[in-house]
Amino acid sequence: MTDGGPSAPGSTQYRLRLFIAGSTPRSRRTIENLRRICDRHIGPNVDIEVIDIYQQAELAEANRVVAAPTLLRLSPLPQRQIIGDLSDEPRVLRGLGIIPSREPTDEHGA
Amino acid sequence: MLPESSPRELAKALTGISGFDDVTYGGLPAGRPSLVCGAAGCGKTLFAATFLVNGATLFDEPGVFMSFEERAEDLIANVASLGYDLDRLVAEKKLAIDHVRVERSEIEESGEYDLEGLFIRLAYAVESIGAKRVVLDTIETLFAGLTDAAVLRAELRRLFGWLKERGLTAVITGERGEGQLTRQGLEEYVSDCVILLDNRVEDQITTRRLRVVKYRGSAHGTNEYPFLIDEEGISVLPVTSADLDYGASTEVISTGIPGLDAMLGPGGFYRGSSVLISGVAGTGKTTIATHLLDAACRRGERCMAFVFEESGSQICRNALSVGLDLKPHLDAGLLRFEAARPSLYGLEMHLARMNRDVERFKPSIVVIDPVSALRGPANELQATLLRMVDMLKGRGITAVFTSLRTDGSFDQVGDLGLSSLMDVWVKLQDIDANGERTRTLYVIKARGMSHSNQVREFQMSAKGVKLVDAYVGPAGVLTGTARLVQEAEEQAATLRRRQDSERRKREVVRRRQSIERQIAELRASLDVAEEEEQVLIGEDETRESLLADERAALAGRRGAAE
Repeated sequence: MTDGGPSAPGSTQYRLRLFIAGSTPRSRRTIENLRRICDRHIGPNVDIEVIDIYQQAELAEANRVVAAPTLLRLSPLPQRQIIGDLSDEPRVLRGLGIIPSREPTDEHGA
Repeated sequence: MLPESSPRELAKALTGISGFDDVTYGGLPAGRPSLVCGAAGCGKTLFAATFLVNGATLFDEPGVFMSFEERAEDLIANVASLGYDLDRLVAEKKLAIDHVRVERSEIEESGEYDLEGLFIRLAYAVESIGAKRVVLDTIETLFAGLTDAAVLRAELRRLFGWLKERGLTAVITGERGEGQLTRQGLEEYVSDCVILLDNRVEDQITTRRLRVVKYRGSAHGTNEYPFLIDEEGISVLPVTSADLDYGASTEVISTGIPGLDAMLGPGGFYRGSSVLISGVAGTGKTTIATHLLDAACRRGERCMAFVFEESGSQICRNALSVGLDLKPHLDAGLLRFEAARPSLYGLEMHLARMNRDVERFKPSIVVIDPVSALRGPANELQATLLRMVDMLKGRGITAVFTSLRTDGSFDQVGDLGLSSLMDVWVKLQDIDANGERTRTLYVIKARGMSHSNQVREFQMSAKGVKLVDAYVGPAGVLTGTARLVQEAEEQAATLRRRQDSERRKREVVRRRQSIERQIAELRASLDVAEEEEQVLIGEDETRESLLADERAALAGRRGAAE
């Protein structure tokens, strides 16, 4: 289906799952941030699923969710977790693997 | 078993950990979080798991184990060593395990967040089984996985508040930090009850200790209590108050050795007394103790022997050589050996183990063989033994201690006397003379009873132990062959004396007979003389009367003539 192959940017199929805790301002802000980032950097090849952990608590355990909000990259593998309201765009991109994280240890120190 | 805490006092949740509920007068504060902290490997997780398992199995309070370190499978495998079957409890919906894994390398942080996910998972687990108890083991791991410490602190505070609000009795474990009880200062948040576990190594021997650092609104024991983790779970040994208020029994129990019974006024020891059997190696301490055990088992009493130098089966085999078969007692469940090398645990641990075993087995006689094998600093030894004696006496258990130290002390340097703690002291001594060694036995003291002050020779044979009166004579105490030789000599001397005296008796009889003979002869000549005398007297009288007659006749005639 994707003629450009897996290496071509923008052609990878992303499956993301966003866990939010209720419809708080922070939840809404997070959803907005995610939509904006996806529109800008991923394009149409993304499948976003938003889950309210208050409604589906069992999924929180199954997906090892601790913090809220939590964004989970289900595919491509490996799974990645990004926590927070996704307001720091470069970090989100790094977390999603859209831009490579070269020196992750330095990042934590910063 | 223990009464539920009364409403006017702080409600408490029993942990079911033997000893701990005594120290805290009823367990952890119910409906509140408690902090259990300590260094790595001190038993925090096992303590927490025991709290949950006992809650689920003994007190009908299901629990949630939220593990931040171990995976559920690892946890299940680890506590299986304590005999807990977590899988079964999970299947019975009495326990829920949730492994919260937070790996910094797998998580990117971007913007604000809170730990609502954790709350929801916990709430979900609590609701799914109707949990009353919660364990968070070790929540501080979150600080390693997430960078925003300020958020974490706020969220933890909220979490503990949330637990309280829901009335969940929670155990939160924390790793010991520098200068404070936990690395992240959790004690600031969990301030109702803080328990510190410790695992100290002294002289290469590890002793686990537990201390209730604080317990708001409740009295609690403040000491450090040794505790024990083994295949039977966790037990804490409360230091028994050194009250001397135990009852004194007047019931007398036989020692199993008739000769020894005879040396003690009432015919044995008082029940519940402490007996010290001291003597150097090979004097028969264990054999005497074995007799005691055998006698008690024959009476149908339960006996327990803590042995530090031999295995139980070795003692059984050795007992056969003096004609005692302990196997039937073992099979009947009346006798139990607990063998351990003294260096296996510290003193406290030995005491804790004994306490627990005694508590469970409920023996009426306990043998500690030999107590002198326990090593440690003198004052600690004294304290340990004192508590050991108190622990046994308080339960009315007859305690038999054997000691290699003949002078009754248990340390080479100090003069701290074990003997003064004892009610009865039987001393065994080897007497080495004439190229042979003989065992002798004294009763040095026996409180509250008259007892023989004599030394007895103590013989062991296939028929058992026999006490023989030792020979006490001008040459001192003789035993063994010397006694036999002396006895033979005495017999010969007696015979000689008897023969002598018989000979002298015969002589006297002879002399008496000869005197009697002389007397008879004299008496005969006396008779002859008397007869002669009578004859002479008779002749004289006859003559006198004749003369008188003649004179009368003459006078008559003269008168007629005139």
